Amino acid sequence: MFVYADHAATTKLRESAARVYAETAAAYYGNPSSLHTVGQKAQEKLTECRERIADLLGADAREIYFTSGGSESDNQAILSAASFGARKGKKKLISTAIEHHAVLHTLNKLQKEGFEVVLLPVGENGIVSPADVENAIDENTALVSVMLANNEIGTIQPVEEIGEICRRRGVLFHTDAVQAVGHIPVDVKKIGCDYLALSAHKFGGPKGVGALYVRRGAPLSPLIEGGAQERGKRAGTEDLPAIAAMTEALRASIADMGATDALLRKLQDKLIDGLSKIPHSILNGDRVRRLPGNTSFCFEGIEGESLLLLLDDKGVCASSGSACTSGSLDPSHVLLAIGRVHDVAHGSLRITLGEENTEADVDYLLQVIPEVVAYLRGMSPVWRDLQTGKRQFIL
Amino acid sequence: MSLYSEKVMDHFRHPRNVGVIEDADGVGEVGNAKCGDIMKMYIKVENGILTDVKFETFGCGSAIASSSMATEMIKGKPISEALQLTNKAVTEALDGLPAHKLHCSVLAEEAVQAAVLDYYKKNNIPYDEAQFKCALCAHEHDHDGENV
Ligand SMILES: Cc1ncc(COP(=O)(O)O)c(C=O)c1O
Ligand SMILES: [Zn+2]
Repeated sequence: MFVYADHAATTKLRESAARVYAETAAAYYGNPSSLHTVGQKAQEKLTECRERIADLLGADAREIYFTSGGSESDNQAILSAASFGARKGKKKLISTAIEHHAVLHTLNKLQKEGFEVVLLPVGENGIVSPADVENAIDENTALVSVMLANNEIGTIQPVEEIGEICRRRGVLFHTDAVQAVGHIPVDVKKIGCDYLALSAHKFGGPKGVGALYVRRGAPLSPLIEGGAQERGKRAGTEDLPAIAAMTEALRASIADMGATDALLRKLQDKLIDGLSKIPHSILNGDRVRRLPGNTSFCFEGIEGESLLLLLDDKGVCASSGSACTSGSLDPSHVLLAIGRVHDVAHGSLRITLGEENTEADVDYLLQVIPEVVAYLRGMSPVWRDLQTGKRQFIL
Repeated sequence: MSLYSEKVMDHFRHPRNVGVIEDADGVGEVGNAKCGDIMKMYIKVENGILTDVKFETFGCGSAIASSSMATEMIKGKPISEALQLTNKAVTEALDGLPAHKLHCSVLAEEAVQAAVLDYYKKNNIPYDEAQFKCALCAHEHDHDGENV
């Protein structure tokens, strides 16, 4: 049995998107910046993609900028708002403790350059409080950046409320919607954000392509200098096949959203109920306000990497914290932020399902995960100490 | 997964000498749950020879494989030889470890020393402190910290 359960890391390219990719590469090989017919045909295709992506997000085509993905979009939004703020003497940036590193490391860099960075805490449910955002905003605030949905524990943040606060207080608002777009309804006007980052490979599109929504009038400066592509805000010949494939992937994801959501909620309920039966385990993040595909757990007395390796041997691809965190020895900053102590955070498992997963997959997961957890506990000196009372259970 | 060598995966999948020795002559535990790896080593000693060795490990693939390999390398050997065991030797026997995983193998060397030290102390056997640098200082391991 093989179960791919790491859709938050990346998704398989949708068949229809792969087809569009190949067709576009063959039929639209021109450079959209070229004046001749072949170039203009590519330009038209690019415009069509921009319009369709804009439509799918409730935006205007002029508000969509194509990028290389989520990281670039996050970087550009934050750096643009920060430098705009700095010019007006506003050097305070507000975000949360559970953002992706694409946001956190950009903020770190700005902090070293003299910006004040405030990372708001989240509750044990992994959700930031809009009141905390409101209280943190002052006259020096240049930007609020709060992700729409968390990549590790799947929690959905109250971005509409935060957007309303930011508009009322006249502060720019960026949301990293990389995990949300294509999975839950996302409408930029409803959120009321100035920037929104998305990445194609999280919803069945190709890797290395994404977009940044920038509300008309919000400041935007280029990260990459050169030609006048993307209205002078992002130089470099556009990857049209990837952009077209992303457009198709987003269209299809949104068209299928109702059915996918129903399936994933059902699988999630079953998975959470089943994994909760493992003694001394806990679900990470709010039980209800979470992405339909995300199930994150901590199991006391074991370590996540060995759990992943053994699951991989059984044909299960999962993750422990963010895939980007695998090189680090410290447990995930998100798990620490929701109050999991180090000992417990090390034993985390993230199962993220997608539309091709089935109930049989979940049955299999519920068979092998308890087995592997029990096996690892059996050789764990920590588990022995917990059993003999030398160490107190945390979960 | 190709993060680890075949040797590492073999020891990780089929750890040798895993378990507990109830009437152990020496027990050593090193590491801490905060850094993510804890290793416990149990030894049985007869006439200065490690007649039996068992381990329990809470940790990553590298930590489990290193403990397993370390027990194989010292089992049946005189204590004097076991104390010579280095993490470098364990790592080499495992056909290498990724750079950011080397620190986990240090625990194996320390766990062996800690178990022997416990045996010496329990039996009032005089020992040379210089031989137990690692086990005595209980130092924190360097962490790579940053992500890739
Ligand atoms: C929440 C979030 N933001 C940003 C990114 C980065 O996206 P990309 O891989 O497209 O650069 C990811 C992907 O891991 C993510 O999950
Ligand atoms: Zn380790």
